[in-house]
Amino acid sequence: MNVAQTIINGLALGALYALVAVGLALVFGVMRLINFAQGELITAGAYSLNVTSNLPLLLSIVICFAVCIGLSVAIERLAFRPLRGAAPVTTLVATFAVAFALEAVWLISFGTNGKPADVLSNLNQIAIHGSLNLRWVTIIELVAGLLLLGGTALFLARTNIGLQMRASAADFRTARLLGVRADAVISFSFVIAGVMAAVVALLFTVQQPLVTPTFGLDITIIALVGAVVGGVDRLWSATAGGFAIGFATSVLNDVLPASQQRFQTAWVFLLVIIVLLMRPAGLFSSRRGSPVERV
Amino acid sequence: MRRLRSLQTLLASILLLAIVALIGSGASAGTQQNFITALVSATIVYGLYVFVGNSGVISFGHISFAAIGAFAAGVMTIPTGPKHLVLPGLWSFLAQHSISNFASLVLAAALGAIVALIVGFPLMRLSGIAAGIGTFAVLEISHNVLQQWTKIGPGPTTLSLVPISTGIGQALVAAIVAAIVAFAYQSSRRGRLLRAAREDAAAARAIGVNITRERLIAFTLSGAIAGLGGALLVHQLGSITTEQVYLELTFLTLAMLVIGGSASLWGATVGALSVSLLSSFLSTAENSVHVVFFQLTLPNGASNLILGVLMATMLLFRPLGLTAGREFSLGFVGRLTARARARSHPQTPEDSESRSEKVQEVEPR
Repeated sequence: MNVAQTIINGLALGALYALVAVGLALVFGVMRLINFAQGELITAGAYSLNVTSNLPLLLSIVICFAVCIGLSVAIERLAFRPLRGAAPVTTLVATFAVAFALEAVWLISFGTNGKPADVLSNLNQIAIHGSLNLRWVTIIELVAGLLLLGGTALFLARTNIGLQMRASAADFRTARLLGVRADAVISFSFVIAGVMAAVVALLFTVQQPLVTPTFGLDITIIALVGAVVGGVDRLWSATAGGFAIGFATSVLNDVLPASQQRFQTAWVFLLVIIVLLMRPAGLFSSRRGSPVERV
Repeated sequence: MRRLRSLQTLLASILLLAIVALIGSGASAGTQQNFITALVSATIVYGLYVFVGNSGVISFGHISFAAIGAFAAGVMTIPTGPKHLVLPGLWSFLAQHSISNFASLVLAAALGAIVALIVGFPLMRLSGIAAGIGTFAVLEISHNVLQQWTKIGPGPTTLSLVPISTGIGQALVAAIVAAIVAFAYQSSRRGRLLRAAREDAAAARAIGVNITRERLIAFTLSGAIAGLGGALLVHQLGSITTEQVYLELTFLTLAMLVIGGSASLWGATVGALSVSLLSSFLSTAENSVHVVFFQLTLPNGASNLILGVLMATMLLFRPLGLTAGREFSLGFVGRLTARARARSHPQTPEDSESRSEKVQEVEPR
């Protein structure tokens, strides 16, 4: 196995997980809510690609975005808005419940067997031959990841609503006192989470064209773990954490000897525990974690 | 007097468990399984409650103790004769020995406690989301190892031929034992110290509570109860895969605790029994069920949909759970009579009792 190839595969998977982590971290920053239902947005987007596979490509991509964003905002309105201010454990279980219910909806509508969603399957073709095999999708994942992350950073830094979002993430109550429109800010963070979910759905269906009811949940859980390991209270550290866990998973997959490969998950999560113990507040966070938190 | 008052919640929990068992023992064999499942779920939820309820720290790792208990009890109770055939890769020591049903329950509880003690030793320093993810990592690791390591279990295949010994009787006795242990812990000095730390960690440290140690004690105890629950489960089903003790069960048991009200033993009881029975009933309905006058048939997956929506709406209206985290108390009878008295004699100062009733259970000794 080529070292450069290992690194490129790692970068591509890392970029994908980073995009999921951005959505999670934005919502967490504004609402202090770990949104397990984020994964269902990805699943919804992937299923929409299956349903619209007869339509022109551009239209089906647009529909995918519309479905993800619409569902994201709707979930916030119906389930999370009334729970603002409830205990963290309660809201966590509520997002669980929403994810559970949506998963059942996928099961009823599409069955347990996978549905093909291969509108972008051309991207699986190899772009560069030679000692390195580079597929189009890998390139697009890297480019899209960089563009979207850069775009989000610019948006947060330069625009008015971005500023309001950062203020709300830092201190929600004070931000409201100073006139930040809480509902708008929260809705907007869910819109961005929807956009990220749509992009992930588009790119992930290229690698894994069979959509099952747990399609998005699996990636979301890993990305969430990554975000927390990186430090979920700040956007860039959460994103870096998501990237790191994707990278680590991919590299471990290539590096581990064949006899150990089936224990890959165990190794990844052992790393997670070690990092958490050394830096409870996050690998990339500047804050030192303490066992007593005054929130 | 005070101690007698708090004992009410244990007695009420045991009474509720017994009622469920009694109804179950009268039901047909198929329906009876739902009631056994409810009692087994209650045991696992008590395990979860001992840690989550008393410490206020979330744990996604408890089903790994249940899984370890289930597979240990299952592997060790399969008779040695057929064991070589169903589990060819097993270590010879495990393959050549077989233990009784009761011994397997004790073994499962002991293993649950030991594993919880070992993983809790480093992890109990974490709190908040880091604790959630840390315990979740434990679940992932144990699931991965159990699913792949054929020297200690069936690996990715189904563990079958486990003797079916969990009937209504065994499930009820185990659930009552779990309830008594949970109650004894929460009213002990150790339990109260941990509950104090839940309410205000900084203040508890200031009076000298070693939070990490108190959490570790609760975690170990809850690992033992969860392990016992897992053993009950495998002896109820007779066969089990690693997927049955993984994410969905984690979600369901956590939801049971939160829906009942995670801060009280009474909440754990009410949540576990009601959600479990509802869930069983709905999944039976997927294979068509007779409801009073008509035949109800739900599409596959509808039970989870209804359950998820019910849970979400429940949490919207009662964020603290059905019991609002309060213990069972007959005090409401006193309050009702006081209110009635106040209505007939308006000069009586109203509700002074009910206000004191709302104060949380935690009190310094």
